[in-house]
Amino acid sequence: MDFNDSPEEAAFRIEVRTWLEANAPKKVDTKKMSEPEILKLAKAWQATKAAARFTCMTWPEALGGRGATPIQNVIYNQEESKFDVPRGFFDIGLGMCVPTVMAFANDETKQRFVAPAVRGEEIWCQLFSEPSAGSDVAGLRTRAVKDGDDWVINGQKVWTSGAHYCDFGILLVRTNPDVPKHKGLTMFWIDMKAPGVEVRPIHQMSGGSNFNEVYFTDLRVNDSQRLGAVGDGWKVALVTLMNERLAVGGSTGPNYAEIMALARSTVTEDGNALANDAFREKLADWYVQAEGLKLTRFRTMTALSRGQTPGPESSIGKIISANQLQDLSNSAIELEDQFGIITDTAIAPMEAAFQQSLMWAPGLRIAGGTDEILKNIIAERVLGLPGDVRVDKDVAFKDMPTGR
Amino acid sequence: MPPQLWAGTMGRRLIAVNFDYSDDQKFLKNEARKFLDGNCTSAHVRKVLDNADLSYDADLWKGVGAQGWLGAAIPEEHGGLGLGRVELCAIAEELGRACAPIPFASTVYFLAEALMMAGSDAQKAKWLPKIAAGDVIGAFATSEGPGVVNAANLQSNVVGGKLTGVKIPVTDGDIADVAVVLANEGGKPGLFLVELAGAGVTRETLKTLDPTRSVAKITFSGAAAERLGDAGEGFALTEAVFDRAAVLLAFEQLGGSDRCLEMAKDYAMDRYAFGRTIAGYQAIKHKLADMYVKNELARSNAYFGAWALNVGAAELPIAAAAARVASSEAFWFASKENVQTHGGMGFTWAVDCHLYYRRSRQLALVAGAPKVWKERLVQQLERRNAA
Repeated sequence: MDFNDSPEEAAFRIEVRTWLEANAPKKVDTKKMSEPEILKLAKAWQATKAAARFTCMTWPEALGGRGATPIQNVIYNQEESKFDVPRGFFDIGLGMCVPTVMAFANDETKQRFVAPAVRGEEIWCQLFSEPSAGSDVAGLRTRAVKDGDDWVINGQKVWTSGAHYCDFGILLVRTNPDVPKHKGLTMFWIDMKAPGVEVRPIHQMSGGSNFNEVYFTDLRVNDSQRLGAVGDGWKVALVTLMNERLAVGGSTGPNYAEIMALARSTVTEDGNALANDAFREKLADWYVQAEGLKLTRFRTMTALSRGQTPGPESSIGKIISANQLQDLSNSAIELEDQFGIITDTAIAPMEAAFQQSLMWAPGLRIAGGTDEILKNIIAERVLGLPGDVRVDKDVAFKDMPTGR
Repeated sequence: MPPQLWAGTMGRRLIAVNFDYSDDQKFLKNEARKFLDGNCTSAHVRKVLDNADLSYDADLWKGVGAQGWLGAAIPEEHGGLGLGRVELCAIAEELGRACAPIPFASTVYFLAEALMMAGSDAQKAKWLPKIAAGDVIGAFATSEGPGVVNAANLQSNVVGGKLTGVKIPVTDGDIADVAVVLANEGGKPGLFLVELAGAGVTRETLKTLDPTRSVAKITFSGAAAERLGDAGEGFALTEAVFDRAAVLLAFEQLGGSDRCLEMAKDYAMDRYAFGRTIAGYQAIKHKLADMYVKNELARSNAYFGAWALNVGAAELPIAAAAARVASSEAFWFASKENVQTHGGMGFTWAVDCHLYYRRSRQLALVAGAPKVWKERLVQQLERRNAA
């Protein structure tokens, strides 16, 4: 048990660091930039990475990767995280969508799409969730009806990250409502700029708009755009979801260190807030959780480094971090007392970071698997407990009871 | 992503790719489990539980000694195996899992660690070989009453090498051969080695929440006491011993929490209600998932403690505190929800749930309650910030 790289890993780390120091763009203040301006910077950085094969690193060389090990990928990401480079625009496309295309499309399609995606010239989004199909995504209703060589698609997707700047997407639709829900689905790739596709931003409770609704009105898709067999959409979707990148990311909001700084400069009813016993106990709990998560990631990396498949311990991350963010943010605004209501970044402590994370945290507890679904996953896939009783398993989709 | 991203401030150690037991350590752990599966069954634990005159399982103690575990971390020059602390952690995890009714912690985590940390060459040469050989049981005596002992309320006193005072509770105090005792001498707090078979020592076994472990009240009236470590350093030394013990105890707690989750799962899979196994109900599934999450957080913090203890890192105080807080919370939660998952059966004497419920309290209190450790953790954070 130590914190050292193996000699090979150490050498690779130095190679990566040297390259980053020579090539990473200079820090820019993106706060006042528009999203298209930031996206331009991100595309330029992605092209630089692709030329040096520091993106999609675990892919084969023929597809633009370098056949790297998962731990080398982790090392690159760790080193890159020390640089202030634009990131986040390509993760879903390259992490989930393009691998699905690679697994199910014909050679011609792969030839056309993989390289431009790797270079960041084209961005992909994932169109699965619907208003009435969230945790139960196989209950989706968007319909595709065969018309000659084409399929005609009508329906609505929701919570699509980046749909407004994406060029292509993978779309899961219902092609047969007469069979049970998992059996009547089919996957397609689509052109996001095609007629019949309309993207509308979602106005979140946090005030921002990071996601979209995507509407399809008589969208025509050629059968050659099908990924996998008709009716095999669920199997294809599982490949997409399995490709979800190993999350080794850092924090998503203020943590114990920030609230400790806040407490140090805050006066409460019995003096300095950091001297308050109740606060100190909570602070210790937050530290133990945050450290526990960081150290759990080390265990995941250790498994990778030893050539093992990471254990299920990595599944605990979001349950803890999302709930802690909500709890810690609320404690912080209560610490500020009456002042805690203020969200003006020029006035509120720490540029209103706690107020912002308070309003963001509910989304974090839902996105990418709700707390409840994640606990089901731990219970079923990690602990081996039985699945829920399924009343919809043998019922044709069209006969399933629905709410709104 | 949220409009404003905050980089974590703890990026110091971004990397670790060797953060698990080694293959050799896993082998040792597995061997320990096999030994305890045969020699520390529920029946062995219950023998001590149900017999008020029995303070520990002497056969198991002898067997553990024969395995070399008592001297696992003691240097070879003093008769030990000279293994690292991580190996000792692996053994501790298995002892916790088996709910072992022996004075292992008192002797190895407290007495031996105190001697190795603060003992003179003569003290080490005298005691460590005896510990490694299984000839000596130890105890660590600080508390004198309800609440936390401190410089203002410490009563025990040494004058001219003779100790006077009352220590309560002292884990394994009734069966120990030697105790490390916190007492004042000339107004300065210090640690003292006291042989308990000598004159001026009266011992009384106490009833406790966990009868599978033994606890005594010890009255000293002029018992011979020999200082261990520097004069005036009694509290600092006690904290340093607690840091070491906390890491090792965290592994016992972790072993216990894992066992509780296993028991709860096994029971839930086999128990039918309303026409199906209760393991299929989300109320049970989510409860068990919560146990799993707490156990994994505890494991990760315990591993960091093991690393810090093994290499004597400057991070040991904060690592030990985090390990202790996380493991205490995990074991408490797992032990109480294990009872709950078992329903009425879990409340009976016959089912083992209460053994772990009891042991979770014993382990959470023996080196100071979690609340105390949370305060120590925050003090370490403040110190780190000031530096």
